[in-house]
Amino acid sequence: MPIPSQRKPLPLAVLSIGFVLIWLVAAAFPFLWTVWGSFKAEGDFFSRADWMNAITGPVTRMQNDGSAFTFDGYHGAWVVKEFWRAALNISIVTFFVVIISLTLGTLGGYALARSGYRYTFWLLIVALVFRAMPHVTLVSGYLLPFFQLNIWGYLPTTIIVLVAINQPFTLWMLHSFFLSIPKDLDESAMVDGCTRFQAFRLAVIPVMWPGVVTTGLFSFLLAYNDFTVTSMLLAQENTTMIPKISSFLGSTQEEGKVMYAVAAVVSAIVPLFVLIMFFQRQIVSGLTAGAVKG
Amino acid sequence: MPHKTFLAFIWPSLLAMILFIAIPIFSVAYQSLFIQHEQVLVTTETCSPFGCKKQVTVDAAEMRRLREEQPMGRYNGLGTYTNSSHLAFDDINEIFRTSQNFGEIRDKIMNLPFYKALIFTLSYTFIVTPLVIVFGFIVAVVVNSLPSLFKGPVIFFSLLPMIVTPLVGALVLYWMIDSRGIIGAALQALFGDPNLSLKASPTLTWVTLFAYGVWHSSPFAFVVFYAGLQTVPADTLESAMVDGANRWERIRFVTLPYLMPLVTFIALMQLMDNFRVFEPIIGFSAAASATSLSYLIYSDLRASDSPLFGSAAATSLLTIIGVIILLMPVLRRNWREFNRKS
Repeated sequence: MPIPSQRKPLPLAVLSIGFVLIWLVAAAFPFLWTVWGSFKAEGDFFSRADWMNAITGPVTRMQNDGSAFTFDGYHGAWVVKEFWRAALNISIVTFFVVIISLTLGTLGGYALARSGYRYTFWLLIVALVFRAMPHVTLVSGYLLPFFQLNIWGYLPTTIIVLVAINQPFTLWMLHSFFLSIPKDLDESAMVDGCTRFQAFRLAVIPVMWPGVVTTGLFSFLLAYNDFTVTSMLLAQENTTMIPKISSFLGSTQEEGKVMYAVAAVVSAIVPLFVLIMFFQRQIVSGLTAGAVKG
Repeated sequence: MPHKTFLAFIWPSLLAMILFIAIPIFSVAYQSLFIQHEQVLVTTETCSPFGCKKQVTVDAAEMRRLREEQPMGRYNGLGTYTNSSHLAFDDINEIFRTSQNFGEIRDKIMNLPFYKALIFTLSYTFIVTPLVIVFGFIVAVVVNSLPSLFKGPVIFFSLLPMIVTPLVGALVLYWMIDSRGIIGAALQALFGDPNLSLKASPTLTWVTLFAYGVWHSSPFAFVVFYAGLQTVPADTLESAMVDGANRWERIRFVTLPYLMPLVTFIALMQLMDNFRVFEPIIGFSAAASATSLSYLIYSDLRASDSPLFGSAAATSLLTIIGVIILLMPVLRRNWREFNRKS
């Protein structure tokens, strides 16, 4: 019900609409532009002559018998430079990181939420400090021991490290989620004769999925977006997507190679795009979950 | 919950964190006391019909033996911390002794790698964080006043800069600000300067990185504030209106105080995340004019011939100390709250 005094004066309305439009362009245009440009030849996407070339694509037309679109970048990245291998590796890594972090995180988060002792507070504070550690400082602690133990360069090592780095965040998030599930639920199950673990399995697990899905999304993002850990702990041959893209940059001096990187970047963005489309609500609620507690 | 049950639930998680977060911190501290072996040099003389040449080469076999014997390198005490690529006490003394004015001191300190990185990291942290909060708040207030039909799509597109991998987001912008890219070309046309390049001058590179930081993190602040705005009690807003508060006064005196806890939350998260700024420097290939502490560690570990573990570890430890100092106010507040409760 619009109250007259709540209706905006015209200049303010124009100003705020304009502001939103500018923000939208700033947020979305770079991605749309790059997606469009990834189907062009380098001479068009990086045009010395005229920026309109990136839209109309005269050089692309010349190189491709009149077609304004080319898949050369994608072919180069996925087939010639074997980007598919990196894509396969990142799928393996993200899958296991999400599964393992959630398993450890739900157990730990549940315990933290239900135990009333003083040390849970300290554990959470320590987890907060751990959460703030720049990942590269930890990586510099891993390298020597990993070389010594000869476990450097394997996917399982990377998965375990990512799970561990992810734990503080997962614990915080699931801890605050379990606090929102009433204690009575599992306690009445225990009164009925369940052990603590049975109560967790039979009474809590069936109602915890919304929180777990949200936390899982963020675990996925951490593993998928990671550059520091994967680039330092994996060899060039079995690396994941993001380090692979950065390795393209080193070899972009030749004509056309930079389009490999552009195509690879777009390939890395697409899954995230789909993710936001399906899970927008969960992402928003996850971002604010920590804030609700203040 | 009894201690035993608690432990049964939490041990896997605890073990992972101890093994891969707590122990590495100590291992970093230990590593920082060592430096890589000095190269064992052998001088060989090769004679050819045109005379003899002395050649100095690294004795690879001897180096390998040394590395196997002492994989950590040789003991150096706190030497790594005070050398000129870290805290550089001698260099600083020298600078203060020989320089005439403040500008000269500043320029010389900016040439020391550790201080250069520290200053950039701190500037990035303390410039980007407030901007993100202010900008995110404005976007949230404006979006909140839109018709609900548009809210979903606006939120969808707003999430993109934050969700997309930092390195990838940085690259996307980097290609656009290239002098042959659309933003770079537009800026050249705008200022009528065909040689203008955002990559050329250090100042412009810093500004670009800050702008990237705001672009990347504002959606986070926006989403949190937007969710907070939904919970501002309508009664209070209405009674403020009855009291004659105008639009601005309602935001200033009702909404803002109500959202203050969220500001603290966002500031905390942003300080932690911005302090480890790293990927944009790679994405923007900005290492020549801007390096961060994380980048220093990365480049030490990536040193071309053999990784400089000692140097990286020393920088890491200094960074960790920085993180703890940064978190100190939060930890103290939590500690006080906790004591009040019990």
